[in-house]
Amino acid sequence: MKNRVVITGLGVVAPNGVGLTEFTKAIKSGTSGITFHQELKDKGFSCCIGGIPTISEEKKSEYLTPLQLRGFNSTSILYGVMAGIDAWKDAGFSVDENSDLDYDSGIIFGTGTSGIEKFREAIYKIDDQNVRRLGSTSVVQTMASGISAYLGGILGFGNQVTTNSSACTTGTEAILLGFERIKNGKAKRMLVGSSSDSSLYTWGGFDAMRVMTYKHNETPEKGSRPMSATASGFVPGSGGGALVLESLESALERNATIYAEVLGGNINSGGQRNGGTLTAPNATAVQKCITDAIKDANISADEIDVINGHLTATSKDALEIENWTKALQRKGTNFPYINSLKSMVGHCLSGAGAIESVASILQIKEQFVFPNINCEDVHPKILELISVDKIPQKVIKKNIDILAKASFGFGDVNACVIFKKYSEF
Amino acid sequence: MTKEEIIKKLTTIVKPYVQNEEGFKNLSEETDFINDLEINSANLVDIILDVEDEFNIEIDNHAMEKMLSVKATVAVIQEKIND
Repeated sequence: MKNRVVITGLGVVAPNGVGLTEFTKAIKSGTSGITFHQELKDKGFSCCIGGIPTISEEKKSEYLTPLQLRGFNSTSILYGVMAGIDAWKDAGFSVDENSDLDYDSGIIFGTGTSGIEKFREAIYKIDDQNVRRLGSTSVVQTMASGISAYLGGILGFGNQVTTNSSACTTGTEAILLGFERIKNGKAKRMLVGSSSDSSLYTWGGFDAMRVMTYKHNETPEKGSRPMSATASGFVPGSGGGALVLESLESALERNATIYAEVLGGNINSGGQRNGGTLTAPNATAVQKCITDAIKDANISADEIDVINGHLTATSKDALEIENWTKALQRKGTNFPYINSLKSMVGHCLSGAGAIESVASILQIKEQFVFPNINCEDVHPKILELISVDKIPQKVIKKNIDILAKASFGFGDVNACVIFKKYSEF
Repeated sequence: MTKEEIIKKLTTIVKPYVQNEEGFKNLSEETDFINDLEINSANLVDIILDVEDEFNIEIDNHAMEKMLSVKATVAVIQEKIND
């Protein structure tokens, strides 16, 4: 007997809204979190705009103790800890440093690189022959598992506490890994999610690859243009998202608020074959990832009401839409609604999958489709595939029963998860 | 610098790392950092770095190993200051 898995808590730290209330308001109104950053310009970046969550020192101290904040310099850990604690509290639990060890709850929290600014500090000290001055904080803030380690200690979890890393697929993969664990009875609850640093040093390599836009430095809010004919590369973003996944049985026992159900999903790789490379997806594998997710969720493609796409605002957006039309066997006016949170927050890299999943679940819970901004000029190749009505540019009310969320990452890796409005049967 | 002056500075340095407030209130020369103040052993290295900054001294690995109590730490500091 496999457990049904539901979502009982959410937390988010996004460039256009920190905390669920602010974030929900922002995505409904199509508020951009993209701004100009002088430091990018000063360092010679072509792309000088990006999405960085706004967090005051006071806010930080609500989540981390003065001791934890001594020598603290890791935004990925900060975002992850904030989103994780918020999600746990949102699920109806308290945070108590003297709580009993909880063997029923675990964490799978992913990231691309952790604490890259802290790493930079360490590298400078070492190159300066001053390794002894690193202190005790360098390792815990730069290990990839730093985020899950911080959260694990704050919450006192005794089930699996680990970290996954699969580039832009990371957050969506974390959800599916946690889902499997609960489904198979290995845990009652899993706090899952992902985050990404706000750092020049995370973004620099992408700038060098010329995959970020440099055409909107004067108009940052217009810069992130998924599905648009004038899309010219993605805008870097950062932040974190977290979800509490729980067995239905445990959620009902606690009388918890249920946001949605995770019906199933799939993770695969294109193996960097048949057109797939380290940086480009194998289209066949993408389609298979989607169709296998549908199979795993035991639904038919016709039942999908809304897609939250990967859609980064590069030249690959049309290919992604084509993959969806082939995988679902749906096009034109028969295609589901589709949107990309990246139009508002940019591409939050390893944090993207989790932040976008939080947005997806809010849409199911509150029954709306958030608007795509900056695609008043939908790419002609996309218009050949699907009706323009399916790409809402204003928020719409919509009865959403089933939503498909996918992420595709460097290394030719894919993940697709199927969320459903919760009903007893 | 007198022993009392050193202890006063040391008290300010260790304060943020203390987990046992009762032990901190009763801080004396006999206080042991780990047992009485429940300072996380990893944080001992941070305390040493703070001591180096405050007293403008450098503490080698050998001396560092001894610095587990107020008394031993004061002794190391005095020795380094007088070097």
